[in-house]
Amino acid sequence: MSTEKLELFEVFIRSKRGLDHRHIGSLHAEDHEQALEYARDCYTRRSEGVSLWVVKSGDIVASQEDDSESFYDPSDDKPYRHATYYKLPDEVNNM
Amino acid sequence: MPDNADNNLTLQYAVRLGDDALILGHRISEWCRNGPFLEEDIALSNSALDYIGRARMFYGYAAELSGGKKTEDDFAYLRDCREYQNLLISELPKGDFAWTMARQLIMDVYYLNFLSALSESVDPNLAAIAAKAVKETKYHLRRSTDWVLRLGDGTEESHARLQKAFDEIWGYIPEIFELDELEQQLVDKGVAVNTPELQARWQEEIRGILTEATIEMPEVSWTVRGGRSGYHTEHLGHLLSELQYMQRTYPGLQW
Amino acid sequence: MKTDNNTEREALFQQRVDNEEKIEPKDWMPDEYRKNLIRQISQHAHSEVIGMQPEGNWITRAPSLRRKAVLLAKVQDEGGHGLYLYSSAETLGISRAEMIEALQSGKAKYASIFNYPTLSWGDIGAIGWLVDGAAICNQVSLQRTSYGPYARGMVRICKEESFHQRQGYEIMLVLAQGNEEQKRMAQDSLNRWWWPSLMMFGPHDSESAHSAKSMKWKIKRETNDDLRQKFIDQTIPQIEFLKLDYPDPEIKWNEERGHYDSGELDWEEFYAVIKGDGHCNRERIQHHVKAHEEGEWVRQALHAYNEKKRAQKAA
Repeated sequence: MSTEKLELFEVFIRSKRGLDHRHIGSLHAEDHEQALEYARDCYTRRSEGVSLWVVKSGDIVASQEDDSESFYDPSDDKPYRHATYYKLPDEVNNM
Repeated sequence: MPDNADNNLTLQYAVRLGDDALILGHRISEWCRNGPFLEEDIALSNSALDYIGRARMFYGYAAELSGGKKTEDDFAYLRDCREYQNLLISELPKGDFAWTMARQLIMDVYYLNFLSALSESVDPNLAAIAAKAVKETKYHLRRSTDWVLRLGDGTEESHARLQKAFDEIWGYIPEIFELDELEQQLVDKGVAVNTPELQARWQEEIRGILTEATIEMPEVSWTVRGGRSGYHTEHLGHLLSELQYMQRTYPGLQW
Repeated sequence: MKTDNNTEREALFQQRVDNEEKIEPKDWMPDEYRKNLIRQISQHAHSEVIGMQPEGNWITRAPSLRRKAVLLAKVQDEGGHGLYLYSSAETLGISRAEMIEALQSGKAKYASIFNYPTLSWGDIGAIGWLVDGAAICNQVSLQRTSYGPYARGMVRICKEESFHQRQGYEIMLVLAQGNEEQKRMAQDSLNRWWWPSLMMFGPHDSESAHSAKSMKWKIKRETNDDLRQKFIDQTIPQIEFLKLDYPDPEIKWNEERGHYDSGELDWEEFYAVIKGDGHCNRERIQHHVKAHEEGEWVRQALHAYNEKKRAQKAA
C-alpha cells in the first residue's frame, strides 16, 4: 500500500494589519514553498488573512509540561509587575 | 456609435470566453475528491472555482448585452455541442495529474498574456473582468509552473508522463492563437485581443519553463482546430450531457 | 512508584478536565484518553473526506452555475475540514499516513451515512440540510471538548459550516415551492435521509460503548440521545415550513416533555449498513484507495525533485 510521507508544517496567519500572526493549524507539503501555497489554498478560503508563515513542525522547540513549575510558577509571586498591584488616589486614576 | 450589431458581436465574444472558462473549470472540478493528496485536492478546487466564477462573469455580461433575454444559465445549459465555441484544448479529458498540469501550464501562460491584453479592451466590462481574472491567473501560473518543474525533473515516471502529456496536447495549441472573422472584427474595434500577437511571447515563456523542467518542446507535426466554429472533439458532447443533465431532464424549472 | 506517580498525574489530569481547563498536546494524559481521542478525531476526519464523495457525485451535474460553484466550494470545505481534523489528531502522535492506512484497511470507521447513495438533486439539498445539520449539532457541542486542538478545530469548522446547512435548506425550499415533480423529489430525499441522519448521533446512550468514559473526560459534552433530540426538535419546524410530510408518522409534539416524540430507529438496518449492506460501502473505500494510489507517483516525484534540489544546494 502506498503512503503519504510529506512533511508536517505549522501555519500562522496575520488576519489583518496591526495584529500578530496566530497559529491556525498544520498541513502536509514537500517543502516550504509548497507549504506556503497550500497554506493559502487551505487556510485562506474566506479571506482569513493578509500574511502567512509556515514552519516545519519539527523545527519548533516547545517547553514541556514538566518544565512548567520552573518556567511559569516563579512569576506567580511577582504581582508587582502588574499595574493592578498599585493603588493610586482617585484623582490620578487615569494612569 | 455602438449599435446592435456591435453589441451582438461583443455578446458572442463574451459567450465564447465564458465557454472557455466553464469547460476548463468543469474539467478541473473533476479532480475534486480525486487529488493525489488532500492539500492538492483543495488547491485544485480553488482553481476550478476561479474558472467557474470567470465563466459566470463573461456569461453575465453576455446576458446583459442580450437585453435581459438570456441568463448566464441559458448560455451554459441550453446550448448544444455545435453552439459551444470553446477552444478544443479546454474540453479534452483531464487525464492523469501530469496531463492536467501540462494543460494548465499551457493555458495559464496563455491566459496571463491574454487577460493582461483584454484588461486594456475599449469595452470597460470586458476590461474589468480581465483585470480581476488576471490576479487569480498569476497564482494559477505559479502553481502550474512549480508542478511542471517538479514532475519534469522528478522521477523517471513523472518525467515520462509529463512528456507524453505535452506531446498529446501540442496539436491543440495553434488554434489558441488564431482569429476567426468575429474576433478580427472586434480586434479592429479594440474590443478583442489580437491573439496571434501573443504567440511568440507564449512560445518563449513556455520554452523557458520546459527547458528547466527537462521536457522537450514537441514538434508541430499535427494540428486540430475547430472549437471557435463549434467543430468539437467527441469529448464535449459527453461533458455537456453531464453538465446539462438537470436542465435537459426537467426543462424550464428553477433550482 | 510509577503507578503512584501515574495515579497522581491522572488525578491532576481529571482535575484539569473538571475545571474546564483544556488539555494541550504536550500535557500528560492517560493512554486511554489519547486512544479514545485518536479514534474519535480520525473517524471524524475520515467522515469529512469520505463525505466528499456522495456530494462530489453531483458537482458536474449541478443544475445552475450558482449551484455548481456553491456545491464545489462546499465539498472542498469538507476536504478542508478533514485536513483540520487530521491536523488535530497528528498532535496526539499519530501520522496521517497511519490514519489513512487504518481507513483503507477498514480498521478505522467513518460516518455510515456516507454509505448511502445520492440519487437526485434533492439528495444534495437533504444532505446539506439534514446531514450537515446533524453534524453541526454534534460539532457545536464539541467546541467545548476537553482537548484543545480538537476544540479549536471545531470552532473553525462550525464557523465555516453554517453556510453548508443553509445552502442545503435553500435547495429544499426551491424544490418544495416548485412543481409536483420537484416536490416529490424533495419529499423522497427527506424520507431517505431522515433516518440515517438521526443515526449519525450514534446508538442510544445505554448501548454506546464509548460514552461513559468520553463524558467523564469531556471528550463528548452531550450524550447521543440528547443531541439527537435537539436535532429533531429544531428540524421539525423546518420540515413544516417546507410543507413536506413528516418522514416518520410517529412524530408528535409532547407537551409534557417539551420535546417532539418520534418513532424508534431501525438499529438492525443501522448495523447492517455499517457492516457492509450499504449501497456504497465498497465504492467509498475503493474510490479513496484509487485516488491515493494514483497519487503515489506524484508524491514520489515531489520527493525526488526536492532531494535533487537539496543535493544541488549542498554541492
